Amino acid sequence: METWEVLVAIVGLTVITVVTRSFFMIPHRELPIPVWLREALRYAPLAALVAVVAPEVIMSNGHLIDTWQDARPYAALAGAAWFWWRRGILGTIVCGTAVLLALKFGLGW
Amino acid sequence: MVGIALGIGAWGLVTGVAMVKSGMPWPAAVLMSLLVFAGSAQLASLPLIATGAPIWVVWATAACVNLRFVIFSAGWRPYFGHLPVRQRLLHGYFSGDLNYVMFMRRFPEPKPSPEQGPYYWGSVAVNWCTWQVLSLIGIALADRIPTEWGLGFAGTLALLGLTGSLLSDKATWIAAGVAACAAVAAYALPLKLNIVVAIAAALAIGIVLDHLKASMPALPPAKANDLT
Repeated sequence: METWEVLVAIVGLTVITVVTRSFFMIPHRELPIPVWLREALRYAPLAALVAVVAPEVIMSNGHLIDTWQDARPYAALAGAAWFWWRRGILGTIVCGTAVLLALKFGLGW
Repeated sequence: MVGIALGIGAWGLVTGVAMVKSGMPWPAAVLMSLLVFAGSAQLASLPLIATGAPIWVVWATAACVNLRFVIFSAGWRPYFGHLPVRQRLLHGYFSGDLNYVMFMRRFPEPKPSPEQGPYYWGSVAVNWCTWQVLSLIGIALADRIPTEWGLGFAGTLALLGLTGSLLSDKATWIAAGVAACAAVAAYALPLKLNIVVAIAAALAIGIVLDHLKASMPALPPAKANDLT
């Protein structure tokens, strides 16, 4: 891409960020959102988070992990165990990353 | 918020490094970080920009990756829909995923109240600053940070903890399980559409479960998880 094309792409991407993030807030009058959809929206953030996390933990290169020598599931389990025990996000990150690095550099996975 | 900020920061760093490593000149990377301000859309569009894909393909990809924000914006509407249009756009633009999740946990009742504005701006300020500072550091140090440190996984772990804080009752556990299966099963779809599929599947099962619960009034109501 030429430099000006990259700039146009970036400006367009900015517009996309604004429009997607405020989509249902843009119209002046409230759009009719059905009650069932409004209620179901409480599951949306949970679903989006899980949808990002699950493939990152149990897939590699578009397939389910087919070896037990992959540090990520163990790191995620360690993080989840910490969260279940102490309910802190910082501890979850530290605990999971510690397991990840230990398996990667300790055992060479 | 410290833990969440750590995860956001790790993610920003990864995105900053990725922009430069994809061959983008650093001024463009800085501009992209400051303006676009959407990590997953940026990461998805980088390989397309690098290989010289048509601009409309770049835009279409980013729009699909951002579809979840369209769903979130319906959730924002009851809180900020009464503001002037410029304010509504600003509230939309600065709201990252984690701001939405935390806001909805703090204010489960979809009604405006005076303390929501300060809470919103405080939350997005932490998110924006952490993200931008670490993203700019990533751009500056791109060539000195080895990728095998697994930095990206810190972001995933932050999301994992946040997911845990949203699991409050049986219905949310089931919805999460359905979302996980759908996201993995639909992974082969282009443009990260598996995330949209997973959200749709989880919303569908959530509706069914809520109706089942409503028809069985003997069960005690679900308690919200009061986490800080």
